[in-house]
Amino acid sequence: MEYFWYIILVAMLAVYVVLDGYDFGAGIIHLFFAKTEKDKKAITNAIGPFWDANEVWLIAAGGVLFFAFPTLYASSFSGFYLPLMMVLWLLIFRAIGLELRGQIHHPMWEAIWDKAFGIASLLLALFFGAALGNVVRGVNLGMVENGVATQEAHYFFLPLWNESFSPQAEHLGIIDWFTLMLGVIAVVALTIHGANWIIFKTNSELNTKLKDVVFKLNFVLFALVIASLLIWHIIEPQPFHNFIQYPFLWVLPAITFTGLFGLFKVKSFKKDGYGFLFSTLFLLGGLSSTVASIFPKLLPSTNEINPSLTVENVAAHEYGLSMGMAWFFVALVLVLIYMVVQYRVFKGKMDDVGYGEH
Amino acid sequence: MEEMLFYDRMQFAFTVTFHYLFPQLTMGLSLLIVYFKWKFLKTHNEEYNDAAKFWMRIFALNFAMGVVTGIPMEFQFGTNWAKFSELTGGIIGQTLAMEGMFSFFLESSFLGLFLFGEKLLGHKLHFLTGFLVFLGSWMSGFLIIATHSWMQNPVGYEILANGKFVLNNFGALFTNPWLWPSYLHNQAASIVTSSFVVTGIGAFYILSKKNLAFGKMFVKTGVIFGLISSMIVAMPTGDLLAKNVVKHQPVTFAAMEGIFHTEEGGSEIVLIGQPDVQNKKLDNKIAVPNILSFLTYGNWDQEVKGLNEFPEENYPTNISGLYYGYHIMVGLGTIFIGMMFLALVQLFRKKLFETKWLLWAFMFAMPFPYIANTTGWYTAELGRQPWLVYNLMRTNAGASPTVSSGNTLFTFLGFIGLYLLLGMLFLILAGKIIRKGPHPQTH
Repeated sequence: MEYFWYIILVAMLAVYVVLDGYDFGAGIIHLFFAKTEKDKKAITNAIGPFWDANEVWLIAAGGVLFFAFPTLYASSFSGFYLPLMMVLWLLIFRAIGLELRGQIHHPMWEAIWDKAFGIASLLLALFFGAALGNVVRGVNLGMVENGVATQEAHYFFLPLWNESFSPQAEHLGIIDWFTLMLGVIAVVALTIHGANWIIFKTNSELNTKLKDVVFKLNFVLFALVIASLLIWHIIEPQPFHNFIQYPFLWVLPAITFTGLFGLFKVKSFKKDGYGFLFSTLFLLGGLSSTVASIFPKLLPSTNEINPSLTVENVAAHEYGLSMGMAWFFVALVLVLIYMVVQYRVFKGKMDDVGYGEH
Repeated sequence: MEEMLFYDRMQFAFTVTFHYLFPQLTMGLSLLIVYFKWKFLKTHNEEYNDAAKFWMRIFALNFAMGVVTGIPMEFQFGTNWAKFSELTGGIIGQTLAMEGMFSFFLESSFLGLFLFGEKLLGHKLHFLTGFLVFLGSWMSGFLIIATHSWMQNPVGYEILANGKFVLNNFGALFTNPWLWPSYLHNQAASIVTSSFVVTGIGAFYILSKKNLAFGKMFVKTGVIFGLISSMIVAMPTGDLLAKNVVKHQPVTFAAMEGIFHTEEGGSEIVLIGQPDVQNKKLDNKIAVPNILSFLTYGNWDQEVKGLNEFPEENYPTNISGLYYGYHIMVGLGTIFIGMMFLALVQLFRKKLFETKWLLWAFMFAMPFPYIANTTGWYTAELGRQPWLVYNLMRTNAGASPTVSSGNTLFTFLGFIGLYLLLGMLFLILAGKIIRKGPHPQTH
């Protein structure tokens, strides 16, 4: 039962990354490439009707985490206290940037909210990537110092960074060179993803330029992914043990690289949707490969005294989980129907959609 | 530890208070918007459609504020109340996850269609999307109150040897005797807030001789919805809720009513008075004998238990806050019924739009339903103290063990700054929408 919820949780997070990912990416594009009012309009139009619902996947995934794996929820949310609060503030800034920008037509007002939207999108992408890095690297569960635990086995607390900036220091921080690297990967990947979405949804004058950006950034992404694979073993001595034990898991990295290679051909695609398809494959494959490499751990422990948090030792009780399954499926069918309705009504390229009234 | 608990509680109280200013309007307003849109479909009078669209703009702004200030609420369970989340997550996580899956998706998917889709969808489908947004927001309220009710009156659980609460009866979460009176009370109160806002802005238009036709429409609609809802808030829902408190949390009830000592031969109802907790008495008391016994038990002479009957360690931690919260709520609620009733009488006599002083009163009354709702929420929450889960888990057992008070103070100050900014922006933008009015040209 808990494995079922594990798959649900990972799937929900993956959907969140793909969906909110493109509107974070749009924010980054907005920050660096939107020069004219027309460019900006094209970018915000491309995400306008969707971003709000995209963000709900994060809230819903948080809810499922809370209900199915309460111990993990409690441990990680209190342990990553400071970065999570910053994520909250950034989410707030980003949302009000988007919501309020169009309310008053004044150059200063618009400039402020444009920057809020762009910078918050960039930092959120960086933080989410670093968060994934933290999960892979593990934390000092139970706050063990000199072989003595000062907290219950699954509680910990991390500051934003430590002095040595190293993932192997005794006192870990959220940001070190390893987690920062994953953060940068996330920023690059989501910028590509966002650009592909804008190309897909608009006929903007930016589109030719964005294809160029995707093409160039893909080299950077490729180099970063290879580099992260090379240094991964510093964090985890046997990074491939799950893949060796269950060879069918190789399909996940295969998906990642299909996405990555596909993106190099972005300039010759016949349809504008293909780029988005490939960046989606990259994100889905990348996230699921990473998660699969630490399975069944959810949050590895960096000390030898306290055990890692695993799917089994953090799950809620059987009865609640099985009751949850019933309502979850009803809800999921409804959610899929809403999504179909939403994406059908706002289908096609976005320039012609009249959404003046706001 | 004490200091940490203090900041955790202050931060939660502050963020939830600010957050609740928005959904209490949107839940009620979504009903009124659906009503305006429905009137338009029936009468084909364009003014009703314009009214729906005008309130939609106010709704959208409030909704956005509600969403961005709501996300920190879910986060704080894990960040600040980790022990509580760990031990009870298998139960309250259930209703909170349902809220995410059932209501947030519904609201967010259809709000976009409702705001941008009128031309694409046609009026009937547009009405439907509005109705679905209304449904989503009411379902969200329901699941939050279900969570809250479980903390007030835990049901369907068992406690394992390791201290974890596990669910053993899913249905009990929704048949909790605490749930339905609280939910209906809360929803009626949110209609009161939106009715007062609609009436108040209508009154503003009439008094400033701008958008006159809309002003009259808003006042009339607001008064009708306002009278019905403010009466439902008192009877039966408020009454049922009070009886629930007597039954399940008698010590809370004693503190709410300011009864320090049990009185023989029936309890008086206190209208005005200031509790002196140290000397266990009420100062400046104005009270009516025996009414409380009647209201509580339907019997004039039955005694209502005072605080003296309970062990002191179970007293609500903030007796005077609880007492004032409750009395302000009840007092304001009574005034609301009076104002709305008076307005309805004037409406029937066709004199309401000329009764200037009453329109002025409605214009200035707009903040008061917010105060009543907030103090009502405080009554419920302070009433539950010193428990996080009533009678089972104390508040000091629920906080995060590893987050230091300095970190919480830091984020608390951050929230204060951020929310001040949000509040300012909200007032500027809401003011702008209201000044612009429902129609490009004024009547």
